[in-house]
Formats: sequence, C-alpha cells, structure tokens
Amino acid sequence: MSAAQSTLSQDASITEHSATQAGNPSLPIDYLLHLADNALVLGQRNAEWSGHGPILEEDIALSNNSLDLIGQARLLYQEAAAQIGNGATEDTLAFFRDVPDFKNYTLLELPHHPPLAGTSASDRDFATTLVRNFLYSALMVLVWDKLQHAPHAQLAAIAAKSLKEVRYHLRHSRDWLLRMGDGTAESHGRAQAAVNHLMPYTQEFWTGTEYESKAASVTGLDMGSLQSDWNQIVNAALLEATLKRPADGGFIPTGKQSIHSEHLGFMLAEMQSLPRAHPNATW
Amino acid sequence: MSADQKSSTASAALKEWPLWEVFVRSKQGLEHKHCGSLHASDSQHALQMARDVYTRRQEGVSIWVVQSSSIAASEPNDKSEFFEPSSDKVYRHPTFYEIPSEVGHM
Repeated sequence: MSAAQSTLSQDASITEHSATQAGNPSLPIDYLLHLADNALVLGQRNAEWSGHGPILEEDIALSNNSLDLIGQARLLYQEAAAQIGNGATEDTLAFFRDVPDFKNYTLLELPHHPPLAGTSASDRDFATTLVRNFLYSALMVLVWDKLQHAPHAQLAAIAAKSLKEVRYHLRHSRDWLLRMGDGTAESHGRAQAAVNHLMPYTQEFWTGTEYESKAASVTGLDMGSLQSDWNQIVNAALLEATLKRPADGGFIPTGKQSIHSEHLGFMLAEMQSLPRAHPNATW
Repeated sequence: MSADQKSSTASAALKEWPLWEVFVRSKQGLEHKHCGSLHASDSQHALQMARDVYTRRQEGVSIWVVQSSSIAASEPNDKSEFFEPSSDKVYRHPTFYEIPSEVGHM
C-alpha cells in the first residue's frame, strides 16, 4: 500500500477538514496522483531525448514538452501533498514512491521503440515517441478542457494552464504524425509500426477505476464520455497520415491500477537514483 | 541510433530542408527583429521550430519566417559605394537642430 493510500485511510477526517478549509470539495488523492504520475512519467520519457534529438530544433522541442509535463506534475503533486500532509512534498511523491505506487497509464512508461524480447535495449525511435505524444495529447486536450471548469479551484487552474501546453503538444505531435505517415516508405513504416504497437495500450483510457468514479462525482468528468471525441481526433489524423488503425482487442493494460510493465522500474531507478543517494540535497 | 547514423540524418535534413530566417516581435507595437535561422521543410514546420527554439524564454508574441533564398542582400564588395559616401555627411544626423521645449520628447 502506498504512503498516500495509508495516509488517506488513517487520516480521512484530517483530509476532509483541510479540503473544506480550502473551500474545495475533496478529490481522491489517488486521482491527483494518477494525473501527476502520467505527466511525470511521460515528461521523464521525453527528457530522454535531451541531447539526442534527430535535429537541434526537435531536441529542444521535446525538452520543452518534457518541461511542460514535469511542471504539470509538480503542481498536481503539490496539491496531493497538501492533502496527504505528514511531511509529504512534491519531491517525496515523485522520488520516494515505487512502481506499485505509481498510477500512470502503462502507455506512458514504455521505452521509445517497438516491442522487443524482455528488457533488451534498442536505439530510440522518434516515431514511437511522437505517436505516443500524439495519442496522449489527444486525450489530455479533452481532459483538461473539462477539468478547467471543475468546481475545485486548484485543479481547475492547473487544467487551464495545462490545456494551453497540451494543445501545442498535440499540434507538434500531430504534425509529425502526418509528415512521417505521409512521408517516405521508411518514415511511413516506422509510424505504422509505432501505431500498431501503441494503439492497444490506449484501451486503458476507457477502463474504470474506483478513484476515477469518485473524482467524477466531484469534477463532473466521465472519462467514457470523451471516447468518441478522442476517436475522432485520432481517426482523422491517421486518415490524413495514410496510416491504418489496428483493431481493438487483446490485453488491456493496468498501469493506472499500479500494475505496470517491466519498463517502469528501470525508468524510475534512473530518475530516482540521485535524490535517493542524496535525500536532502539542495542546489 | 548510432552517432554515424544520427549525423547522417542531421546532414540529410540540412541538405534537403531549405534555410529560413526567423523574426520575432518581442511585444505588441514593436517591430519584428531578426533573431536567427533554421532548416525546415516548409513554412509551418519552420514556424513551429522557431517557436520551440526562439521563444521559450518569453521572447515573443509573434513570429515571422521567410525563406533565406527570398532575401536579396547587398554584396560585401559594394561596401565602398553603398555605405562609405555617407561617412562625411554628419549633417544628416538631426543633432544640429534645436528642438523647442514645447515639443517635449521626440
């Protein structure tokens, strides 16, 4: 059980009290962590391109994208930490939780290449990175658009800020999806391989969790209601990019229920090693 | 991707993508100023790249890009006839006129 969950069950009255003080209805902490973990994990993945981008401008674009996401994660962790109390901070939530605590979509933790046996290493594949950014951004423009009107002042403010950022991420990744899909035989092949690999993972967007249902009663956002809009954005872009969408089906990932692929542990190990080696370091 | 492959990707991009000059307006009412150049496949691509490279520290509210080949430039060899004749005509600077105090700041 994560620190967040145990705190919630032990100190439910405190949580409720502080939420009332802030004049906001109480959101499930797991929901805030889910949104924050999504942003942090994809932010870390995009940051892996820093210094390795195919051209200088894209190197900077992916780093910008990463910093936007990490900025969103910080605000959401701060909000969660305020509810959790007990000395929790954005840093303890980002760097001192482990794989079974993270609630991000499995899609976001995958490495930047099509599937390989086990945890074999491979070179980064730009198409995989951009297709993933596209699929996630297409979802988040819809999510943040709804949440900016949520009757929870902090979440609504975070959503309004994030919406501007993710609109650009969608524009940037959609643009590349079209250029690659409708480009050369090589770029089309890579983009199609990335779509075939990643699309099944998006089925996790539409499965329900208890904390999402509880959050929906506060925010009014029912994830299922976004599915047809998301399909429209994705299908229109794939059509324009001359790419085929694979049929749904098969395994449905469970990352947001904290049951992850083998890849998240390696990513967290790299991301968390420094603060764990020097827990109170400042700079 | 190996270092060799990567540098060949980058140099292919530099060869196939034309060069664009980037102009950024720092705030409303001011002029667009030249701030650099980049390689991009078309104008929209160039605009997005310019946004990512040249406006990440709040440098701008508007961007222009223009393909470098569309710019006609003066030749360095023309320097003597283009620019030097003005060097002894200091009277063209408006420093010899008294501005009436009623005019205030000009």
